[in-house]
Amino acid sequence: MMSSLKRFALAALALGAMNWSAHAQDMINIGVSQPLTGAVAASGNYVVQGAKIAESDINASGGVLGKKIKLIIEDNKSNPKEAVATAEKLIVGDKVPVMMGAWSSTYTLAVMPKLMEYGVPMVVETSSSGKITTSGNPWIFRISPTSEMEAKSFGTKVGQFGIKKADFLVVNNDWGRGASKEFVKMLKSKGIAVGVVETMDAKATDLSAQIAKVKASGGDTLFVTSGVEQITLILKQSKEQQLKHKIITTGGSSSPDQLIAQAGAAANGSNHLLFFAPWFPETAPNPGVATKFVNEWKKRGHNFAGLTEGFRGYDGIQTIVAGIKAAGKADPKAIQKALWGVMVKGVNGNIAFIKQGPAGKESGQNVPNVYIVTIKDGKVSKR
Amino acid sequence: MDQFLQHILNALILGGTYALLGIGLTLIFGIMRVVNFTHGELYTFGAYMMFMFVMPLQLNFFLALILAVLLGVVLGAMIEFILLKPLRGADIDTTMLIMIGAWITMQNMEQFAWSGIAKSIDNPFPVDPLVIGTISVSWNRIFMFAVASALIAGTYALIRWTKLGKAMRATFQDPETAALMGVRINSVYIATFALGSGLAAAAGALLGPIIVVYPTMGDLAALKAFAIVILGGLGSVAGATIGGFILAMMEELGAGYISSGYRDAMGFLLIIIILLFRPTGLFAQKERVG
Repeated sequence: MMSSLKRFALAALALGAMNWSAHAQDMINIGVSQPLTGAVAASGNYVVQGAKIAESDINASGGVLGKKIKLIIEDNKSNPKEAVATAEKLIVGDKVPVMMGAWSSTYTLAVMPKLMEYGVPMVVETSSSGKITTSGNPWIFRISPTSEMEAKSFGTKVGQFGIKKADFLVVNNDWGRGASKEFVKMLKSKGIAVGVVETMDAKATDLSAQIAKVKASGGDTLFVTSGVEQITLILKQSKEQQLKHKIITTGGSSSPDQLIAQAGAAANGSNHLLFFAPWFPETAPNPGVATKFVNEWKKRGHNFAGLTEGFRGYDGIQTIVAGIKAAGKADPKAIQKALWGVMVKGVNGNIAFIKQGPAGKESGQNVPNVYIVTIKDGKVSKR
Repeated sequence: MDQFLQHILNALILGGTYALLGIGLTLIFGIMRVVNFTHGELYTFGAYMMFMFVMPLQLNFFLALILAVLLGVVLGAMIEFILLKPLRGADIDTTMLIMIGAWITMQNMEQFAWSGIAKSIDNPFPVDPLVIGTISVSWNRIFMFAVASALIAGTYALIRWTKLGKAMRATFQDPETAALMGVRINSVYIATFALGSGLAAAAGALLGPIIVVYPTMGDLAALKAFAIVILGGLGSVAGATIGGFILAMMEELGAGYISSGYRDAMGFLLIIIILLFRPTGLFAQKERVG
């Protein structure tokens, strides 16, 4: 009796496993590594929400290569070591042919050697350090702008801000330091003086020392590069110390609506560089795509403040699927080759890759659009 | 000079929170020989309770603060009763592993309950800061400093002048002899752990409205608390108080005048230097164990 029961259980298990693998073959898995917990969890969760909208859209219109796509989402816990572990798990365990990640330059840079080791392409949806596309990793395809592109784009509008002397307060990692380097270069080329360049630990919550130093530098504008959580703290603590600087955030992760909700009056007068302006989707280069995305986001009841991050996930997955379609098969090498030729009508604009980095080992880099918005009286307005 | 005064003011206020975090941890270690890895989570718990009472439940800010601290005390007592009481007499490594497990579990529960998106807490204080000449400080921070100072003084008085405090000191010196003299060791342990936990929750509840609240906020707080306890000497409440202010001063002045990139390193550098000359910390009363 016992043994037949055992046999039955085994058979059921085997059946289950077969069923699962048959199921898995109908699907094309796409790996996603995002910070779902930890210091920058808000942003990572928004990116995943956007990615899921792309997944539903694609599957509703018949999937790709006759198969449905399935996102396998791993939490990199806002930690570069964990980011490497998620890539290893996705590539070796789930055998994904392509992945998207990893939100921060620091996490992306940590993952990159794994892409080389296993030969799997990754679409980078967020990360602005120049190093990512210039270090000779041919598996990288970045849709977000580099700090250099962002600085140059801002440079064309710098006149309207009337900056005489600028100070910087940036998160002490590849993202923040890369951004301050590029913006300092751009400002100096325009003849604008640069005062102090202060850094802060990504986890730091007390920034009073840095703000006191910025206050003493005598500048008129403070450039801030960090995630929305730390920007909230800077706005609040700047008000506490009565910092008179005009604040401009870079990097596109400022979620102005969240700042209005959490920093209140302290957010007024601050300016933000963004890569999507969901308040005015009709002004995007692909207004149809942008409006449809914003409507679906609202329909799902997601936080409106997350749209400025969420669109990255949508554009990233659309880019990956365009790559799989062009490759004709879900094979890492074929997708890598095909990504060079894609042209995607994304929420940010048209996505296509130019070559960056050492010859023969180039990485793909998209040239995205940059927007500037200002918070006035608790509302976001276009600049 | 103005900048210097602002730095000193910032450091004083930051030091108040550091001291509050430090004394809770040092009390528990000194009396119970338990390395409380859940300290940062009790701090986070205090902050989330404050959020819950003030934001969705719309309670009065000051009432919310009292409730958050009381719940921290209750949670601490529960941790002691459920996890630590059965481990009485177990070696320090076993307790340490249990506490690390509790830390990870609590952090993930906070994540599960509140999601990873940071929360902010409204406060009833004026939006405009107090300005004295060119230096300024928010009213919320002044309130935090006042309450933290009162709690530190209260803890001091409790240990110094109450019967419970006497029992705690006796247990600190020698638990077995204290037990023979009629001190109820188990009650002392549970009271100590509840008190330490309440102080951590108070730090979180006070700081929550000033910063933003998120599930991993306790990690950095716990790291600082451990540093302060080592600096002040394990088990020394006075040491933790002074250690908290020294660490804040080092960080603030180090960031202000040397480099903000090495802000956290300044404090730890000081700890290394102090330990080189005073291996038991500034104020330790006896040799370290474990």
